[in-house]
Amino acid sequence: MNLQQDLQQRLQKKPILLMTHLVLGYPSLETNREVIRQMAENGVDCIELQIPFSEPMADGPVIVKASQDALAGGIRVEDSFAFAEEMVREFPQVNFLFMTYYNIVFRYGLENFIDRSAEIGIKGFIIPDLPPEEGGEYLLLAANSGMAAIMFFTPTSTDERMIEVAGQGSGFIYCVARRGVTGEHTEMDENLAGYLDRCRRATELPLAVGFGITSRKDVAMLEAKADMAVIGTATIKLVDREGADSVGSFIRALAVEG
Amino acid sequence: MKKGYFGQWGGAFIPEVLHATFTEFNIAYEAARADSSFWQEYVDLMANYSCRPTPLTFAENLSDHLGGARIYIKREDLNHTGAHKANNVMGQGLLVKRMGKKRVIAETGAGQHGVATATMAARFGFDCTVYMGEEDVARQRPNVFWMEKLGATVVTVTDGSRTLKDAINEAFRDWVTSMDDTHYVMGTVCGPHPFPEMVAWFQSIIGIEVRKQIMEQHGKMPDRVYACVGGGSNAMGIFQGFLEDNDVELIGVEAGGKGIDTDQHASRMVGDRAAAGVAQGYKTMFLQDSDGQMLDTHSIAAGLDYVGVSPILADLGEQGRVRFEAATDVEVLEALTLAMRTEGIIPALESSHAFVQAIKEAPTMFRDQAIIINMSGRGDKDIFTIAHAFDDPSWKDFIIGLAEEYKTK
Repeated sequence: MNLQQDLQQRLQKKPILLMTHLVLGYPSLETNREVIRQMAENGVDCIELQIPFSEPMADGPVIVKASQDALAGGIRVEDSFAFAEEMVREFPQVNFLFMTYYNIVFRYGLENFIDRSAEIGIKGFIIPDLPPEEGGEYLLLAANSGMAAIMFFTPTSTDERMIEVAGQGSGFIYCVARRGVTGEHTEMDENLAGYLDRCRRATELPLAVGFGITSRKDVAMLEAKADMAVIGTATIKLVDREGADSVGSFIRALAVEG
Repeated sequence: MKKGYFGQWGGAFIPEVLHATFTEFNIAYEAARADSSFWQEYVDLMANYSCRPTPLTFAENLSDHLGGARIYIKREDLNHTGAHKANNVMGQGLLVKRMGKKRVIAETGAGQHGVATATMAARFGFDCTVYMGEEDVARQRPNVFWMEKLGATVVTVTDGSRTLKDAINEAFRDWVTSMDDTHYVMGTVCGPHPFPEMVAWFQSIIGIEVRKQIMEQHGKMPDRVYACVGGGSNAMGIFQGFLEDNDVELIGVEAGGKGIDTDQHASRMVGDRAAAGVAQGYKTMFLQDSDGQMLDTHSIAAGLDYVGVSPILADLGEQGRVRFEAATDVEVLEALTLAMRTEGIIPALESSHAFVQAIKEAPTMFRDQAIIINMSGRGDKDIFTIAHAFDDPSWKDFIIGLAEEYKTK
């Protein structure tokens, strides 16, 4: 079963899925391990494992700092693979994806990176600086390995562009809720609702949306408009503030009606 | 070949949110390029505002002193704001006007491009924000002063190595939010397409002028042309005058810092610390580790202190059309001293890199041969940096005295 089919099956049982995110090695792999355990045990459907890169151009201050600290802590790409392999084995109920920038993949060797990821049970990739125009070989290799190549919709995408991009992608579409970098809050208003309608019309793929989600109310607003709520920087901030133990109840509160 | 590629280098590795912005930008650029009145407007503006054409100076004393080839110096230092950076920003300013945008943003390393962009914004009536690494803000205070006085907002970037590459990342982060009314004035022949090609086009004014000037003064083509290479815009500017003339050797001089065999330099095409990579929107040779993380760089010249190099130059280097060399910090100060004492000119630390290699090679050549050095900028405006680099005792006394005076007020 590929990622898209898996997500669609999960959507039979609940109105909206959850995807969380963390930066590998921030603050440490030990903390990452505990955070992932709490996420997995509280019903998260997908987890983005961000392999830190020294030039995170599309990220906001929280992830920029986390990436920098992780690298200063000495994490290597090889450590990320080993850790991901362990997590996939331990939490088979979760779909793990690698999020990173293209240079990490390019330097590792595109084919090697995809093969190795497939081998350890990663389900797909999110690479914000690899547009479909530059990713021909990547898209081909990912498809051949049955890996999802996640594409982006943004509020500046025209309808034609959305159809074009969706045609290249697989797994789900990452709908960026607003302009700008990661980690800023956006209100659910008519503009956002209209944009999500446009996204829905452009593709059959599930839609994942992140816009600075912090509460059950935020998640509930997305039901019917999208398929998966993305919780990005909120958990990084939470772990900074209250430690890894606080993640479980936070996720539980997002996932459960209340 | 795929659009925006130079051999295997270049491309446009941009986040999806900028797709529409780049579509619009490409259309505006291509329309301007196809319109000969745009180029004429640019040439007229540069003549009226920035002393173009800049002279080609025959350095007779330096030539006699070295006893070899006749040395000519292209005086980009005489541009308004003191460097070739003015060419690119005024060109992009005209394009911004065409696109109807009201705000410009820029990254700056040494501050040169930031000051140039701030003057352009003042002249055209645009709002202006300049991103600058914290380390560069600390070592280039006079440029920060001028940018602010010219009406620009200078934002100090505290991420990463707090230098040029981090300022570029931050400028992109601004742009992904503000693209509707804002143009990003990339300062060099790097970044995603069409920046390398477009900035090279604006800088080609140097090569067009110098080709004519050397024929007038020397009667034939030069044997060699030297330019320093940070991102590579002044080098691309002058090299374009001679790309088709295979007998003219083109030499790009990178920052050798404390030595090419140390980890404190910024040479991408010389030495073994750089490898092919994709970052900041384009593919080129980057100084990076085996995981693909960018390395810290060092140069006495802030304007050469950058992890990547123009994809156009990476290609010309790979083809063997441009030869790359590196000059160390120590050699740079020696060359600067010689240029000042023999010719009364004060090249910027960046430009002094080109002088180093020319001074090494000129004595091995014949008197009827000519070489051209691109003096990309002037050093007198960088008095704080240069006096510091020379470790000048009387300058230090002056600064200490001035500091005391400020403290007691």
